[in-house]
Amino acid sequence: MQLTFKRAAEEKTESQRRPHLRTLTDLERGEHGVVERLDLPERAARRLMELGFVPGAWVTAAHTAPGGGPTVYRVDGSEIALRKETAAKIYLRSGGRRHS
Amino acid sequence: MGGCKGCAEAAPPAAQPRDRRAHVTAVVGPPNSGKSTLFNRLTGLRQKVANFPGVTVEQRVGRAQLEGGRELLLVDLPGIYSLEPHSEDERVTRDVLFGRMHDIARPDSILLVLDATNLGRHLVLAAPILSLGIPTLVVLNMADDLRARGGSVDVEALSRQLGAPVALVSSTTGENFEAVTRFLLSRPPAPAPVELPVLQDVPKCRAWAADIGSRASYRPPAPSLWTQRLDALFLHPVWGPLVFGAVIVAVFQTIFTGAKPLMHLVQGLVGTSGDLIATYLPESPIRSLIVDGVWGGVGAVVVFLPQILLLFLFIGILEDSGYLARAALIADRTMAKIGLQGKSFIPLLSAYACAVPAILATRTIENKRDRIATILIAPFMTCSARLPVYTLIIAAFIPHRPLLGPLLGTQAAAMLGLYLLGFLAAVATARLLKSSILKSERSPFVLEMPPYRRPTLRSLGLRLLDRAKVFLRRAGLVILPAAVILWCLAHFPLMDGKVPPIEQSLAGTLGRTVEPLIEPLGFNWKIGIGLITSLAAREVIVGTLGTIYGIEGDAHSTGLQKALQKDLTPAGAVALLVFFAFAMQCMSTIAVVRRETASWRWPLLQFLYMGLLAYAGAFTTYRLLTGWLR
Repeated sequence: MQLTFKRAAEEKTESQRRPHLRTLTDLERGEHGVVERLDLPERAARRLMELGFVPGAWVTAAHTAPGGGPTVYRVDGSEIALRKETAAKIYLRSGGRRHS
Repeated sequence: MGGCKGCAEAAPPAAQPRDRRAHVTAVVGPPNSGKSTLFNRLTGLRQKVANFPGVTVEQRVGRAQLEGGRELLLVDLPGIYSLEPHSEDERVTRDVLFGRMHDIARPDSILLVLDATNLGRHLVLAAPILSLGIPTLVVLNMADDLRARGGSVDVEALSRQLGAPVALVSSTTGENFEAVTRFLLSRPPAPAPVELPVLQDVPKCRAWAADIGSRASYRPPAPSLWTQRLDALFLHPVWGPLVFGAVIVAVFQTIFTGAKPLMHLVQGLVGTSGDLIATYLPESPIRSLIVDGVWGGVGAVVVFLPQILLLFLFIGILEDSGYLARAALIADRTMAKIGLQGKSFIPLLSAYACAVPAILATRTIENKRDRIATILIAPFMTCSARLPVYTLIIAAFIPHRPLLGPLLGTQAAAMLGLYLLGFLAAVATARLLKSSILKSERSPFVLEMPPYRRPTLRSLGLRLLDRAKVFLRRAGLVILPAAVILWCLAHFPLMDGKVPPIEQSLAGTLGRTVEPLIEPLGFNWKIGIGLITSLAAREVIVGTLGTIYGIEGDAHSTGLQKALQKDLTPAGAVALLVFFAFAMQCMSTIAVVRRETASWRWPLLQFLYMGLLAYAGAFTTYRLLTGWLR
């Protein structure tokens, strides 16, 4: 399985080490990407996977709440709102098409 | 009740010894799959349906009457995504399904309700549910929606794959409900699916669901155009917050002015029926007890039923339509600033109706410290029990004039100000709590946005009926005894065999005893009596004042408002409003906080904190205003 569960202490270092990796927060509205892995504590990752954010899933960014609040993502027929801090922990596969 | 920790590892209880035990059917499904609408249609009983994930926080039990006089016990369980609970309400569902719940036996059969328009994701739940080995009917709900948006599914093929019967129905129209009743009437065998995935492996489960879906030639419907259009408006950077504000103002303006004709009607009914009773009873203390004590005391509160129902109607429409989830999204940033999250917004909004269901609704909050903080601030929200008090005092002391043209009058503005005051107290308290005793890491905010749906008259009607029942039961169980006790206190001790003047009665003595304590707030001993009785429930003060002035012979001639104007200065009136905005005068809330936090520590802390704040707030208001109004 290509998933990695990180402990809370290690969370920050990952994105700092490899800044070129794209996450959900890099998606513009209407743009989509394919989930690569979730860099979150196991419980949180499990809940997000139950909601559709599994590796290989297509995610489209939709509305962002006014004032830079949580963003709504379309995944597998549902719309799920995530805060930026959570979306930044969901990494996308590199390459791939843009705009559906 | 929440999950039972002590018995978590106990073996599932055997079937109850009584052989005539009713057959129990659990209604299970992901949040927002229409479980409650289905439950409503089958039982016709009171049930909260909401378009918001996780609103059904208490399992509701209802009876379904089937052909041949057979009766079934149906349990509506909180929505789940899997059998791994993340919050208190999900734990309830798991415990019931595993037979670990005290007061309910392990279900004999299950109605697994899935949204047919979102089968790709909802089918995942079939794996853990079918593995329970309990006879299950897989109900694919929202058949009408699926068709309208061009989707389809082969029910027969799906049934073969799952090894369980499948029915494509619509809970809103009642389409194909015969299939559901047929299942409930039969004694179906346990499910025998072709294969099940390893439940712990979420990606495998999803792959399994996708595979089953394609074998059943599932064609997902086109995305709902309406949802996209409405979101473009409601989540618009400029229009979104404006609509949000407009909705709130419209709600308050309507409750305050729109309910008036209905309230006059109820008032008329209470008055005429009271007079009618009076003519049939001989002149005696008993007549006075019934007419002044019971009818006057309870009647003064029942008058507010239309206003309270109107408020619940608005909250119901917002919830059932799906707007509430968007409101939570808009509110998340603000909630984050006070250390909470968007999910706390939903309980806090329902606290505007009543703190008790609001505190139960906090069970959907995963983070325990966030949950307790939300419970502690919920009673600051202006609940419907405060409405009678506010309405009475505002009508008596604030002249009715237009403020913003016809849009907002002075009285509605005062009401809005009080709502704001409670809200600010809640925000300040949340900040205080979240930066001290309830500090915690920010928990991830994950919220599903349900598609917009038209609220059904049936579910709104059942909800209002439910609320009216709760309100009237409360009037009977809390307000009626309080009114009777007060009447007795006001009529004894007898002086020379006659009813004493109110000052000399037990109630008067009690009021005079607390008078030195409340005099700095601008209240006299009569208000003091009201403050004491309102410890049971806030609105009791209205009936109490009615009884006190009724005895003086004022209530019918000049009305409660005029009588109050004699006893309170304008500054004292505002101080009284502030006192009621802050104080925790509600036995039901104290009891539910005790139950949900499993200790006396939190309700006690809450009561003292809110009481001190109320006293300090009223004192400051009175001092400032007495100087200023002169």
